[in-house]
Amino acid sequence: MSDVVIAVRALGLELGGREILRGVDFRVRRGEVLAIVGPSGGGKTSLLRAMNYLTPFTAGAIDIAGHRLEPGMSERRHAALLCAVRTRVGMVFQSFHLFPHLTALGNVMEAPRRVLGRSAEQARRSAEELLARVGLAEHAGAHPHTLSGGQQQRVAIARALAMEPEALLLDEPTSALDPRLRGEVLAVVADLAAAGQTMVIVTHEIPFARRVADRVLVLAAGEVVEEGVPEEVFDRPRSEATRRFLGE
Amino acid sequence: MLLLLAPAIAHADALERVRQRGVLRWGGDMQGGEPYVFQDPEDPAALRGFELEIAEAIARRMGVRAEFVQNDWLTLVPALERGDVDIVMNGLEVTPGRRARVAFTRPYYRFRETLVVRADATDVEGLEALRGRRVGTLGASLAHEMLRQRPEVEVVLYEGVDEPYADLEQGRLDAVLLDHVIAERYGLTRPGLKRAGDVGQGDYAIAVRPDEPALAAAVDAALGEAMAAGELEAILRRWQLWDEEQRRLLAAGPAVGAPAPARAGFGEILARVHVSLFLRAAGVTLVISALAMALAVIGGLGLSLARRYGAAPLALAASLYVELFRGTPVLLQLYVLYFGLAPLLRLDAFTAAVLGLGLNYAAYEAELYRAGLEAVPLGQTEAALALGMPRRLALRRIVLPQALRVALPGMANDFIALLKDTSLVSVITVVELTKQMTITAVDVRSWLVPGALCALLYLAMSYPLSRVARRLERRLLPVPR
Repeated sequence: MSDVVIAVRALGLELGGREILRGVDFRVRRGEVLAIVGPSGGGKTSLLRAMNYLTPFTAGAIDIAGHRLEPGMSERRHAALLCAVRTRVGMVFQSFHLFPHLTALGNVMEAPRRVLGRSAEQARRSAEELLARVGLAEHAGAHPHTLSGGQQQRVAIARALAMEPEALLLDEPTSALDPRLRGEVLAVVADLAAAGQTMVIVTHEIPFARRVADRVLVLAAGEVVEEGVPEEVFDRPRSEATRRFLGE
Repeated sequence: MLLLLAPAIAHADALERVRQRGVLRWGGDMQGGEPYVFQDPEDPAALRGFELEIAEAIARRMGVRAEFVQNDWLTLVPALERGDVDIVMNGLEVTPGRRARVAFTRPYYRFRETLVVRADATDVEGLEALRGRRVGTLGASLAHEMLRQRPEVEVVLYEGVDEPYADLEQGRLDAVLLDHVIAERYGLTRPGLKRAGDVGQGDYAIAVRPDEPALAAAVDAALGEAMAAGELEAILRRWQLWDEEQRRLLAAGPAVGAPAPARAGFGEILARVHVSLFLRAAGVTLVISALAMALAVIGGLGLSLARRYGAAPLALAASLYVELFRGTPVLLQLYVLYFGLAPLLRLDAFTAAVLGLGLNYAAYEAELYRAGLEAVPLGQTEAALALGMPRRLALRRIVLPQALRVALPGMANDFIALLKDTSLVSVITVVELTKQMTITAVDVRSWLVPGALCALLYLAMSYPLSRVARRLERRLLPVPR
């Protein structure tokens, strides 16, 4: 079954007269892991944020989780549609953005309680399970500032998973961490991939992308310069831009 | 030691000092208004008034120049005692209480206490009819002293001469008792008010420090000469103050009153300061503060949200509100709310006090929340939205709790400031802690004991608050991320 969860169609993004993205086109199928790589400033993060409309785009369209995002939508006028998309699509940020006034458990429980209307008991049980899954069962009562960066990012992943998203968007989940903490986060993401979680990951970790991704998309100067399975893209790059990026 | 002796030396030869300086400094309050001493409406830099002319007549006869010194009416006698002025002349009534404190010259004017009521009132005539009614007057006046003899009357104290009549017309009072000079100029000129009889009389005289008999005698003699020469009569006639009573006063011409008895001792003052009155006034202060703060917290939240998230006209209105209420004195706002808007909106004094302070502090709270909201990083909102939260929910559950943590210590500090600002509501006749202190101070003729008690009560209320504020600051700042 080849049902497409995300279809990005001829996406363009212009910001202050500068073209950030141009003609970006790709699909993500259910259970697939797509890694987006490429040089800094190439538009990777903008592309990811456009997929749940945190960054509005100016051309093309995105079909995601059964809804269509289009240019010119506003937080106020399209609140219902945007909430529906974001409820079905999770996001993990580079710098975690945990809620500092809530405990780890509170962070994970918040959205299922308030958005999905789950009972406190139900939300707590599944939050505890998720924290256990990311290896933080014993830190449920801790506030974010008492946790290490790696632990915080794992709470953030659990928080996104608590909504049982059709797709998970991860924006450079390990770049804010020092090298010895990256492994624990990457291990969690690899587990999710193995379990069949649909994911789009913006990353700089080429070995990790090679191991976990089903397909790799290379974005440079706002355009898709290459797309394919990791072995092809990393071992036999066809485009000059990819070769230059991998050579760095 | 030298400092202690200084006033004694200064007082010893007051008359000589005045002559050497060539200036007789006389104390009064321009706010008392026409006809006593007031700013000339034609030329705001100049003063006019019948007392100004009397002062000049006296100074001329003493061979010096008269110089007016502005002072709050309630503190004229303390200013005299401190040596800020040589004499006080400003409708100062000769009362037994004042006699115990200052030396008076012969009187220069005899007035009647006039009761004024609304024109449609039929059942108020004389003091007996005032039982259970609200009667306005000036604090520390002879009328105030007369009314205090009758505990069954509810006395409301004012600081200006026009406001009690305005309130009487508005129905906030049942009657006003004041000197006929004031009643005729400020009360009976209003079509809705009428005279309900004169209930007594009294004299205005010039006050001099009791330990300066030479100065007192010289001023009294100069006044006597002005009377004998017909100059006083001419002045009073010019100001339409002359009547048969004044002729009798002139004929009598009593000399300086007996020397003042010794000041009341410390123990005597203590015995006359009623702690229960202070406790009740402190209660009024606390209740007004708490209600006004509640209003400010809720109103401020609305204002800051309107400014940050509201549609353009709403945000603009909220900004204007904040600038208006922060940029003008709260005292002015209280005057406008209570006296200015009275024809449209007749608030009782307590409600006006809570509303006035609450509306003012709402502007400050709005600024605190704004700082708090700005301190919450955008990433927090994005993370909430990315979880599918609607904007309102994200604001309520994620952004506001963090913003409030930033604002909370400032709010506690504002509450302490508000507690002290309640002293301003005495201008709209609310008797709170500071007002109670001034009433008692004038009553027992000491500012020290009532002042200390007043300060103690403020501290008892504000100190626990500042402890809470400091603890909040320690616990909540910096917001850990």
